[in-house]
Amino acid sequence: MAKTLFEKIWQKHVVRELPDGSALIYIDRHLVHEVTSPQAFEGLRLAGRKVRRPDLSVGTMDHNVPTTDDRMEIKDPISKAQVEAMRGNCKDFGIQMYDLGDDRQGIVHMIGPELGLTLPGLTIVCGDSHTSTHGAFGALAFGIGTSEVEHVLVTQTLAQRKPKTYKVEFTGQLPPHIFSKDMVLKLIGTIGTAGGAGHVLEYCGETIRGLSMEARMTICNMSIEAGARAGLIAPDETTFNYIAAADRPFAPKGKQLEQALAMWRALPSDAGAKFDQSITIDCRRLKPQVTWGTNPGMVIDIDQTVPGPDQAAGYSRTDVENALAYMGLTPGTRLTDVPVDVVFIGSCTNARIEDLRLAAAVFKGRKVAPQVQALVVPGSMQVRRQAEAEGLDQIFKAAGAQWRFAGCSMCLGMNPDQLRPQQRCASTSNRNFEGRQGKGGRTHLVSPEMAAAAAVAGKFVDIRTFMNR
Amino acid sequence: MQPFTTHTGIIATLDRSNVDTDAIIPKQFLKSIKRTGYGPSAFFDWRYNADGSPNPAFELNQHRFYGRSILVTRNNFGCGSSREHAVWALVQDGYRVVVAPWKELGGKRLPAFADIFLNNTTKNGMLAIELSEDEVQIIFNQVAAHPGLQATVDLEKQQFTLRGPDPTTFTFDIESSAKQRLLKGLDDIAITLQYEADITRFEKSYSPY
Repeated sequence: MAKTLFEKIWQKHVVRELPDGSALIYIDRHLVHEVTSPQAFEGLRLAGRKVRRPDLSVGTMDHNVPTTDDRMEIKDPISKAQVEAMRGNCKDFGIQMYDLGDDRQGIVHMIGPELGLTLPGLTIVCGDSHTSTHGAFGALAFGIGTSEVEHVLVTQTLAQRKPKTYKVEFTGQLPPHIFSKDMVLKLIGTIGTAGGAGHVLEYCGETIRGLSMEARMTICNMSIEAGARAGLIAPDETTFNYIAAADRPFAPKGKQLEQALAMWRALPSDAGAKFDQSITIDCRRLKPQVTWGTNPGMVIDIDQTVPGPDQAAGYSRTDVENALAYMGLTPGTRLTDVPVDVVFIGSCTNARIEDLRLAAAVFKGRKVAPQVQALVVPGSMQVRRQAEAEGLDQIFKAAGAQWRFAGCSMCLGMNPDQLRPQQRCASTSNRNFEGRQGKGGRTHLVSPEMAAAAAVAGKFVDIRTFMNR
Repeated sequence: MQPFTTHTGIIATLDRSNVDTDAIIPKQFLKSIKRTGYGPSAFFDWRYNADGSPNPAFELNQHRFYGRSILVTRNNFGCGSSREHAVWALVQDGYRVVVAPWKELGGKRLPAFADIFLNNTTKNGMLAIELSEDEVQIIFNQVAAHPGLQATVDLEKQQFTLRGPDPTTFTFDIESSAKQRLLKGLDDIAITLQYEADITRFEKSYSPY
C-alpha cells in the first residue's frame, strides 16, 4: 500500500503497540535547553533514575542568555541559576552541551541541523514547540512538555497516539520579495491557529522543491502556529547537499553516508499515498504578509486594511476587539501608515544566513530611521561567523542596527532583550501573542526583508515597491 | 500524581478563545528551576495591575469566582509554547478541571485544546474536558445567571454536571489511556519501564540510517 513520508518514519520507530491503541515510539535525538529541562533532571534525581542514552541527547543554552558583548556575565540571578543548573545537569548525566562561549552555541533548532544531528527519517524531540523546524529535513520532529522530557531521558521513547496527516501543497513560482515566511503566514491565516491540530503537515509542491533548506526550516518551524505538532518536507538533493557540507560533525560520512542516502531516497511519500486532509495554496499572487492581531492567524496582505470586529473570518467579535485594543489599532487602518519603534531580525524562524543576507541587502546603503531600534541577532555562533566573513555585520552596523551574539533574544523576552509596554515591533519571529516580546509589547510578524525595510522607513512598507524605488 | 476520580467545585469562566501558554504563564516565570510556586503567577499580565494589585477588569478576578476550581473557556486553549509551566500554574492556582469547546470551522472539527497542552494536563492530574460549543455556552449562561455555581465531574462515568437550580449533565469523551492514568494517578515513566525489555530488543536491531 502507498505510504506517506510520515507513515514510513512512524512505522520504523514503533517499539511496540500499547494496549490502548497508542504506540511506544523510539526517539533518535533529544535536544535539551535550559528552560524546560531542570524540572525533568530534578525528577530523575528524586526517583534515582538514570539517562538511558546520554549519547542521543545534546544540550545548548539559548532562551535565557543575553546576546550583548557582556553576555558571559549573566546579571539576572534567576537566569544565572538556571544556566548553572543546565551546566550541572549535563555534566552529571553525561550529556554533551554547547555552552555559552562555545563556537557552536546557538538556538537549539539552529544547531541541530548545523551539527548534522538533524537527518532525514529520524525522530527528534525537544522541550520546545518549535522543534517542528527539523521536519524540513524529513525528520519527524515535535515539541514536548517537561514530563515528556523526563520520560525520554529515562526511556528514550514516548507513548504517542498516531497523528493524522495533512497535505499542504504550494504551487506556482514565488513573486519577487515574497518568501517562505509569507507562505507559512498565508497558510496559518487560511486554516487558523488550530487548523492543523492533531495532524502532521506535509509540505509539498513545486514551490517547496525550489526552496533552500533555510527557507524550508522557516515553514516547518511555524507548523506549530497552525496547531500542528509537526511539519514535514520530503528530503531531496537540496537536503542531501546541506547534510554533506563540511563541518557537520554528527552527520554520516563516506560509505555510511552512501548507505544513508539510499535509505533517505526511499522516504518521500509514495505516489497515491492517502492523506486525511489536504489544501493547495497558489503562490503566484502571494503578497507580503503582516500580522495585525495577537496570534499568527490574524494576518493580512500588506495592501489590505486592519479588519473590524465582524470582518475577521474564524474569530469572534470579542477576540478581534481584544486583539485590536491590545495592538492599539483601529479597523480600516493601513499598516503602511503605522510607525514601528523596534525591529527584531532573529529567532529560530528567521535568523539563518540566508535571512541575514536578505536583511543586509535592504540595509545596504540605507540607514535605520533615527527613532527605531533595530536588532540583528544571528541564530547561532556559526551563522554569526559566516555573516562576518561575508561582511554583513559591517552593513548592519553602518546602517545603525545592533549586531548581536546568538540566542533567542527578543523572540520571547526571557532575556534582557524585551519590548517596553506599547512599543511596536516588526519582528521576523513566530509569535505575536500578548506580552510575548515583553509585557504590553505589540508584535507584527513579517519576513526579514519586510522587517529591515520597516527599520529604514520607520513604518511598515510594501517591500515590493520599497525595493524598486 | 494525585488521582482524579470525581471533583465538585465552583466554576469560573474566561471568555476568550486561543488563550496561549504565554498568557497562562508569562516568560519571566520560566526562569525557575523548580516545579512549584507558579500558582500566583497564572494569567499574570491580565491578572495584575502594574503596581501588583489585582486587576478588577480581569474576569477571573471577580469575587463571584472566589474558591473556583473549574475553568470554563473557549476554543484552542493552551496553544503556542510547549511550556508545561502553564499546567503547573493552573494546577497550583487551584484548578483541577478545564473545559473548552471543540469548534466546527469550514466543515472541520477543531479540538478544544492544543495538543501539547492536553498531553501536559494528564501528566499533572488535571482533567481537560472537551464539550460542544452549545454545551459550553449553556455553562457560560448558567454561571452568569447563578453566582457561585458549582459543577460535579465524574471521570469514571465521563459526566460533567452543572448543579444549582437547573441541573444539567453533559457527557464527554476522553482517551482511555488518559482516563486510566488520571483515575489511578499513574506515573508514565513507571508504565513505560514495564516495556524496558522491548526497548532493549528494539535498540539491538535498530539502525537510524
